[in-house]
Amino acid sequence: MNTDKITKAVLQFSSLIILLVAGGMIFSLVEGAVPAFKEFGFKFIFSNNWNPTEGKENFGALPFIAGTLITSVTALLISLPLSFSASLFLSEYYRRTRMAKVLGMMVDLLAGIPSIVYGLWGFYVLRPVLIDLGLPNQGFGIFTASIILAIMIIPYATSLSNEIISMVPNELKEGAYSLGATKLEVITHVIVPSARSGIVAGYILSFGRAHGETMAVTMLIGNANIIPNGLFSTGNTMASVIANQFGEAEGLKLSSLIAIGLLLFLITGIINTIGKFIIKKMA
Amino acid sequence: MQTGKLKIRTLKNNIFKSTVIVFSVVTILPILLIIYELVSKGIKQISFDFILKTPPDTFEAMTALSNGELIPGGIANGIAGTLFMVIMASVIAIPVGVITGIFLYENQGKPLANLTRNVSDILQGVPSIVLGLIAYIWIVKPVTHGFSALAGSVSLSIMMLPMIVRSTEETLKMIPQTIKEAALALGVPYYKVILRVLVPTGFSGLLTGILLSISRILGETAPLMLTALGSSAINFNIAKPTSAVPLLIWEFYNDPNMVDLIWSSSLLLMAMVLSLNIISKRIVARTK
Repeated sequence: MNTDKITKAVLQFSSLIILLVAGGMIFSLVEGAVPAFKEFGFKFIFSNNWNPTEGKENFGALPFIAGTLITSVTALLISLPLSFSASLFLSEYYRRTRMAKVLGMMVDLLAGIPSIVYGLWGFYVLRPVLIDLGLPNQGFGIFTASIILAIMIIPYATSLSNEIISMVPNELKEGAYSLGATKLEVITHVIVPSARSGIVAGYILSFGRAHGETMAVTMLIGNANIIPNGLFSTGNTMASVIANQFGEAEGLKLSSLIAIGLLLFLITGIINTIGKFIIKKMA
Repeated sequence: MQTGKLKIRTLKNNIFKSTVIVFSVVTILPILLIIYELVSKGIKQISFDFILKTPPDTFEAMTALSNGELIPGGIANGIAGTLFMVIMASVIAIPVGVITGIFLYENQGKPLANLTRNVSDILQGVPSIVLGLIAYIWIVKPVTHGFSALAGSVSLSIMMLPMIVRSTEETLKMIPQTIKEAALALGVPYYKVILRVLVPTGFSGLLTGILLSISRILGETAPLMLTALGSSAINFNIAKPTSAVPLLIWEFYNDPNMVDLIWSSSLLLMAMVLSLNIISKRIVARTK
């Protein structure tokens, strides 16, 4: 009988490890960010200064928050028609056919490509094409980074909406067909309304994923510590500024980068929680 | 009039269908283009030397380039570092992850289990660069006093952990309750039920989850930049900076003389990730 108690204690203990890790993460990020917030107060979030010169150090996170939001929104908008089409292809038009199997496999492969390989491809293949099309700044900038980000989040958005669309009951669709509806009408009047919240949740989750992508964005966004003034402007995201500036960071700069990490943690946490909440409500 | 309306409806339907097909093809174009790029540019550098030797320094690479030869050397330090850190991360994450997964399965609906599940979900969404910061704060500064393989492994293991927890719980949920009850009815102690019944029955599912989580961390670059940093020699000391394949790709990318090596390194990395993916899919297919 005693072994049962020990087993239960071991199980409980390991779950406490996860809670400790998560709690410790928040604690360490907050602790590391304190010097930055002490120095700049809440202006840190709303200031667009980034001056690492010794003696005149001044750091603000606004350019990076703005850069992150703009790239993620643009990426989401680019990936939306693509991943929605792919999920319709998989779960409606060619459901359970060989073609759908191949397409599904390819989309899954997209998720397996490391971020840095996307970055290389964007740098050496996509960027020259965009330069030919007349993009300024040597092809670097928000737009280039967003295209690559869009490709990176396609598999997540696709597989989630695919799953949700597949769950729409056949009776509903058959009812509409028997009334003479075309496939398009079934999609717009039956499938989308009944799968709407799940599809939205899928896009919210991939939106959150786009926030944290580092390497590919770092290689393509142009790394300028400014608030981007347009789609083709250069900029920096929260993740890319940490990757870029971390090497030589000490003292106040390090603390500012950790503070940006904390903000990134909070923003992605909130977005993911909203997405998961919607999915849970549906199930 | 009626037939005219029907015509428009069918036309709309057909236009939409074509759009879906065109967009779907556009969606899979990048993967084909990327694989084409990696294979066509990378294959010529792949050889035994590439796996067994460490990279040349910039000067050697420049000489080889100006003579029109292939760049000598390989990425042995990266391969060794990647394996070393991935194994260490697995040693940390697999036991904790599997046991926590079992805990969640055994305590469905209880407050502590729900809390753990939600926290684990949140952990899964944390950007990898933040995990790098965490490992820097926890290990690099206080423990190893410098960039180290241990710090890299810790950041990777935090990344693996929630994935393993999730897949373990989902796998166990699919095991019929009756099997477990039969064992309990025979008076088998609880730990033996777990080790001899639950784990073996769900083994292929657990393995799939673990392999997938490993394939996800193999290509991680950002957290390693803040923790393991990279090293030009093969290193198996947990307290010393260590290289990894993605870190080497990053170094080659930043060194104009070494650029030729990025494609072959990426090809190798992709091959590792994809073969793990395919193996785990095979396991799923076989058990179904």
